Amino acid sequence: MAKKKFVVASFDDEDVLFPAVKKARTAGYKIQDVYTPFAVHGLDHALGMRETSLHTAGFIYGITGTTTALSCITWIFTKDWPLDIGGKPHFALPAWIPIIFELTVLFAAVGMVLTFCYLCQLAPFVKKHHFHPRATDDLFVMVIECNDKTNVDDLVGFMKGTGAVEVDVQVAEEGWWLGRYDKDEVLFEHKTVAA
Amino acid sequence: MASVKLNFEIPSKLKTWSLALIAIGVLAIVAGFLTKGRGTEAQQAEFIGTLMYNTIFWTLVCNAAMFFVCVTTLAMGGWQVSFKRIPEAISTLVPVFGSITLAILLFVVFTDKHHIYHWLDSAAVAKDEVLKGKSGFLNVRFFAIWSILAVGLWSLLGWRMRQLSNEADVEAMTKEVGASFILRNTVRASMFLVWFALTVGSTIPWLWLMSIDAHWYSTMYSWYTFASSFVSGMSLIALWVVYMKNKGYLEYTTEEQLHDIGKFMFAFSIFWTYLWFSQFMLIWYSNQPEETIYFKNRFQGEYRGIFFLNLIINFVCPILILMKRGAKRNYSLITFMAVLIIFGHWVDFYQMVMGSVRPESSSLGWLDFGVLCFFVGVMIHFVAKALASKPLISKYHPFLKESIIHHT
Repeated sequence: MAKKKFVVASFDDEDVLFPAVKKARTAGYKIQDVYTPFAVHGLDHALGMRETSLHTAGFIYGITGTTTALSCITWIFTKDWPLDIGGKPHFALPAWIPIIFELTVLFAAVGMVLTFCYLCQLAPFVKKHHFHPRATDDLFVMVIECNDKTNVDDLVGFMKGTGAVEVDVQVAEEGWWLGRYDKDEVLFEHKTVAA
Repeated sequence: MASVKLNFEIPSKLKTWSLALIAIGVLAIVAGFLTKGRGTEAQQAEFIGTLMYNTIFWTLVCNAAMFFVCVTTLAMGGWQVSFKRIPEAISTLVPVFGSITLAILLFVVFTDKHHIYHWLDSAAVAKDEVLKGKSGFLNVRFFAIWSILAVGLWSLLGWRMRQLSNEADVEAMTKEVGASFILRNTVRASMFLVWFALTVGSTIPWLWLMSIDAHWYSTMYSWYTFASSFVSGMSLIALWVVYMKNKGYLEYTTEEQLHDIGKFMFAFSIFWTYLWFSQFMLIWYSNQPEETIYFKNRFQGEYRGIFFLNLIINFVCPILILMKRGAKRNYSLITFMAVLIIFGHWVDFYQMVMGSVRPESSSLGWLDFGVLCFFVGVMIHFVAKALASKPLISKYHPFLKESIIHHT
């Protein structure tokens, strides 16, 4: 539970958000993330995020599925319990391809969903701080991480200057935690400083 | 707009190469005619079969370029507009290759070459219940009329699409003019696609290719042929895009567009494999003699090597090499893969035709590569000519901006 101070700037327009992201990055501020109601094209580039490795993980999960299916069926049908099915050879590879394919897809899909949830810090019973409830509705919420040297007042003024409709300072848990909102969030509310 | 080069000047090197390839091809065809074309019936069938699979392959590949234009038009696509003149230029070859195909096929059916199409042998058909049942479809008159109609309408409907495309070169369009331009594009594209579905999507592969094995049939066959020709068509488009970029044209086409072309090459390679496998696996599994006969030559006979080569080039290579995003945006890799895919599907057509016409030998010889040279030469020559005859970018197309700012 590492709590940190954040400056939270909300925008109501994509066209304002992009220049603001650019300005904040040139000014040297560290943008923790931008929370948007929908996927905004090109925002990942604007934020300078690296290409996700999710697809590489997906490839590895897929290969694992292929190997599992192939070795499992091969062992069963040639070593453990060979059966004569329609006069086909025991090692009936073409007949197995659909199953191998399905298992490849299953491993890749399930594995990628779980990895994606982990990367986004989503899981059952796990809580994460919401910087602004309207980020799921109509506001683009940019969260800037502060450190010891950050002049918070300057930063708040700076964000207002970039066209933010709302700016506030929050001290919040950065990662995810196991617990309850009603208890834990009360703590945060006390520490939330209105801008 | 000022810095954009609209007029393509054919480099003399390209001209020399295309003419040289045509010359090699003509020499090979003449030599083939002298050594095989006048020999025994089997030799003649080999010669005609070689011409047939080449010409059918290239006709369908060039027609796939027009299919690409029409499909993207109908889907209201904007990304392809910056290089749309390239598939259009490739599709100008449909009448050229179509006439060669027609000449060869009509020669085959009218001079009764039943070594290629067994159903032409009327004495055999009279004794054969299966072929008698198919004779309503597999007869000379229907074959000739439907083939002429197919090539004629592909050419005509494709020509109408290209004519309409010229309007985007004249002057800036108002919103109303632009909307009506898009609507007319949509209508003409759907007309082409309906005819495409009735021909390439179903009947033409049955008539031209599948009827070589007159008793055999597969419900996957037409889609299989289509997938083969479409993925080669996309590769051909990719090759021309890369070539034009290298020569400093097509300023608005970037690796974003190349990435999407690469996705088509990747996806349709997988689609082709899906059809290839479904066709093979069902026949292998049910193991009925009248169906397995097609794979007897290919899987167990002389063509075993070609059979697996086909699968490696057209499935294993694309899936492993084109899978990564970086590969689809890399000009050298895309060029390499495009050449490989076109070659792979040419081999696919080779085994589709020659595997039945000449099951006793599978060697790709000088005649095959010679005839291929002829078609490649003609393709390069005419595509370059078509590109030079029009502005390279339809600069007043309503969707051009969408193409310029396109990113994947």
